[in-house]
Amino acid sequence: MSRFSALLARETALAWGRGGGPLVAVGFYAGVATLIPLAIGPEPDRLAAIAPGAAWVALALASLLSLDRLFERDFEDGALDLLALSPLPLELTCAVKCLGQWLATGAPLAAAAPVAAIALGASPALAPMIFACALLGGVAFAFMGGIGAALSLGARRGGLLTAVIVLPLFVPPVIFGGGALDAFASGLPWKAGFALLGAYAAAALALGPLAMAAACRNALS
Amino acid sequence: MISELVISDASVRRGGRVLFEGLGLTLAAGQACALTGPNGSGKTSLLRAIAGLVRLEAGEIGFGGAEPAEARAAAVHFVGHQDGLKPGRTVREELVFWSVWSGGTEASAAAAAETFDLVRLLDLEVRRLSAGQRRRLALSRTAAAPRPLWLLDEPLSPLDAGWRARVGELMAGHLADGGMIVAAVHDPLPIPAVALDLGA
Repeated sequence: MSRFSALLARETALAWGRGGGPLVAVGFYAGVATLIPLAIGPEPDRLAAIAPGAAWVALALASLLSLDRLFERDFEDGALDLLALSPLPLELTCAVKCLGQWLATGAPLAAAAPVAAIALGASPALAPMIFACALLGGVAFAFMGGIGAALSLGARRGGLLTAVIVLPLFVPPVIFGGGALDAFASGLPWKAGFALLGAYAAAALALGPLAMAAACRNALS
Repeated sequence: MISELVISDASVRRGGRVLFEGLGLTLAAGQACALTGPNGSGKTSLLRAIAGLVRLEAGEIGFGGAEPAEARAAAVHFVGHQDGLKPGRTVREELVFWSVWSGGTEASAAAAAETFDLVRLLDLEVRRLSAGQRRRLALSRTAAAPRPLWLLDEPLSPLDAGWRARVGELMAGHLADGGMIVAAVHDPLPIPAVALDLGA
């Protein structure tokens, strides 16, 4: 077993149990998706029009749930010290932590997203597109979210701070993903929005670990 | 592999307060250092500075010519108060992960479990361990993965008399193999050690 695979297994297992893991994230997601028709009203036409967008916003919120404990627990119990003392660069370690977060919450949420959107009245034909957007957006949410989690290390009520730091970073994927879904649903060209979502996810993958590692080093010293 | 630890003219400031200044220490292969001093005198901060986790205000820490970042990544075991063990994971999971993480294998982790008498505890959750058992689990990675420099923060305090003697033997064995130990202690170490009093 290599360091990398040992770490990925540990992080996925920890993320699976952290803050209730995928069950709580999907449960919260279902809750938010249920609240929307209660607030908007039950007219199917109106709901169907907003269904993909609403499912998408609920997804961004559900991705926030277990984020605050991503680095906090390892920071408090000293594991982050030991994770930093390794031939594996801290940037890669941070990336693996986010990957574990994505596997444990992002991927289950992506599986739940089409169900929620269809329940709100979206056309079933949209389901593959919603799943693909949610999967890709989940990468952006996990890696951008990791930056917020690392920056709020050591702060009191770090969870709230994480949400405040992270929500602005969630704006671009929500715009791109929502736009792509909207365009796809109405038969317009959707590839540009989807490609921008992918570009944002790729940028988060590339830049997120650098920022996270810097924030972790700063918190440790 | 590092053969020497040289700290020259080191000072560390925490929260606006200078903990120590002009501190020097030279440790050759096979030597141990016992850091003493009252609470808050900077023992833990010095250990963290050697591990590269705390920035020095001034001075240098050298590892006998090795690149400091590489030396710290591959040659240092750090066992502190905060042991990084997750209460909800089993002893086996934590032992194997930290052994592999430090450069050991699953086989060496199993051998370390024998050395530290953790075999009966392997399927327990970490939260069920006593303080002494937990410390033995934290120390076990020093046996699972050979690294020359051990930085130990009060390694013996939660251990009973039998285990203090046993860990003392393991430390002596590590020194005999050409390793180095820097340990923050309140009670004397059971091995010959250079004394460094931070309170003086």
